[in-house]
Amino acid sequence: MQLYLPIAEVSVSLILLLGLGVMVGILSGMFGVGGGFLITPLLFFMGIPPAVAVATGANQIVASSVSAVLAHLRRRTVDLRMGTVLLAGGLVGSALGVWLFNWLKEQGQVDLLVRLCYVVFLGIIGGLMLIESVRALLKAKRGGAPRRRQHGWVHGLPFKMRFRASGLYISAIPPLMVGAAVGVLAAIMGVGGGFIMVPAMIYLLGMPTKVVVGTSLFQIIFVTGFTTLLHAVTTQTVDIFLALALITGGVVGAQIGTALGARLRAEQLRILLALLVVGVCLKLGFDLVLPPSERFVISQEGAPT
Amino acid sequence: MSRGVSILRAAWRRAGAGALALALLLVLRAGAPAHAQEEVVLGLSQDSVSISTDFDGSEILVYGAVKREVPIPSDPPLEVVVTVSGPFVPLTVYRKERRFGIWVNTDAVEVDLAPSFYAVATSGPFSTVLSNVEDLRHSVSVPRAIRSVGAPMNVEDAQAFSDAVIRIRSDTGLYQMLEGSVDVREETLFATRIRLPANLTEGAYATRIFLTRAGRVVAEQDRVIDVRKVGLERWLYNLSRDLPLAYGLLSLTLAIAAGWGASTLFRLIRN
Repeated sequence: MQLYLPIAEVSVSLILLLGLGVMVGILSGMFGVGGGFLITPLLFFMGIPPAVAVATGANQIVASSVSAVLAHLRRRTVDLRMGTVLLAGGLVGSALGVWLFNWLKEQGQVDLLVRLCYVVFLGIIGGLMLIESVRALLKAKRGGAPRRRQHGWVHGLPFKMRFRASGLYISAIPPLMVGAAVGVLAAIMGVGGGFIMVPAMIYLLGMPTKVVVGTSLFQIIFVTGFTTLLHAVTTQTVDIFLALALITGGVVGAQIGTALGARLRAEQLRILLALLVVGVCLKLGFDLVLPPSERFVISQEGAPT
Repeated sequence: MSRGVSILRAAWRRAGAGALALALLLVLRAGAPAHAQEEVVLGLSQDSVSISTDFDGSEILVYGAVKREVPIPSDPPLEVVVTVSGPFVPLTVYRKERRFGIWVNTDAVEVDLAPSFYAVATSGPFSTVLSNVEDLRHSVSVPRAIRSVGAPMNVEDAQAFSDAVIRIRSDTGLYQMLEGSVDVREETLFATRIRLPANLTEGAYATRIFLTRAGRVVAEQDRVIDVRKVGLERWLYNLSRDLPLAYGLLSLTLAIAAGWGASTLFRLIRN
């Protein structure tokens, strides 16, 4: 069954869109990532114009995150206070990111830089997580002592706040900076930024894995909501039909994912996410290095309407 | 006296005009015997294409007849060329080069006017149906339909860029060369089907019909097919352009409602 998308102006299979939505929804519920880093490239592959894919991806992530956050709220695994601090940084960051994105677009190299961003960030984060979680898993098997919480420069900063749900008493500056950095990247890469946020919360802020997913999702709702609005107003590339098809699949997937996530152990969860991130990174990396089958690319931006 | 002169003058003028017309007619007849007497009567299976939610492409039947006052000229045979062209949209073509081991967009060429869709259907091999000169004059073939390439000075092979546009769009069915697909019966009736793909751009689709003999155009006719989004598609598209903020808020509200609805539904199912 085909669905004609009014903004993208292409006709795509509804089944395919629903399937993609379910898949990304499962990831979202399990790992607390928005799934944008998967959904955006996959939409390109289906022939959806990149600008529409990026903007609509953000809209879809809002829905799947809302669904997942409600599930997490009921299990009390959301640190609302930490989420709010991250969000404050995130909004500043994403506004900055959108400005940077438009500037890069004028230089004509935005496509390459977005891809490079993906490869670099997915590679670093995926690699680090993989190493760390394999080590943790091995240690847990040997029955060694749990990792001590590090007390680095992060804990010497002023403006300390108590984050009860996370069991932390740290300065508000690192979360603000993490939020802003993720916001910038989110706007440039057209994703919610969960795959950066989650590791940053675990390794930089030292938050327990249990609350990381819910808190990340909570913050993602607002950042992607803000991005959706910005895109709707500036580039006018949000496709409601495309979003609704992805959402329908996504909300179902998110529920399955949350249930699955509750059964798996934190270390296993992290290994799976790490493998996924590394996989996407390798795929994108190869695409940059291998000779393309078509050396020419048509860009139809600024189409008169 | 002045009246007499003016009558004379008018008579003379009339005679002159008549002679001129006669001479012109003689020249025309000598140059292209009977060609002026052939006219196209054109029909389309539909004047408009409505893009609705389940739009999956459309097929247009272009048919018609040749109206003539004289017997069918025996030689050379009548050929028919039909073109359908979507709205012209400027685009930028990038070429990738390997730099520092990765493939980077290096050169860019702006193709000023390339149709978003273009189909040519002919009754025989293109080169025999239409001469080069006529192709140039009427911009019939695909390469001719893509208008001027504004290549910067540092790009030497601008042609490669427009070739790329044709190649990429031909692969996706947006540009079609349908040689021999026009059915001509007894030099009088003709018909062809043109398939419009699902990823159509809105706008006026110009349909042109050329009758040719020995590669020369003897008659021409054109019509416009209106391709429009309808219903919900139309409403959403207009909203996104006229009231972008409202559109953005609508999509956000729908997303939040869907997320909340699903969460509530699943909790009810589980309990």
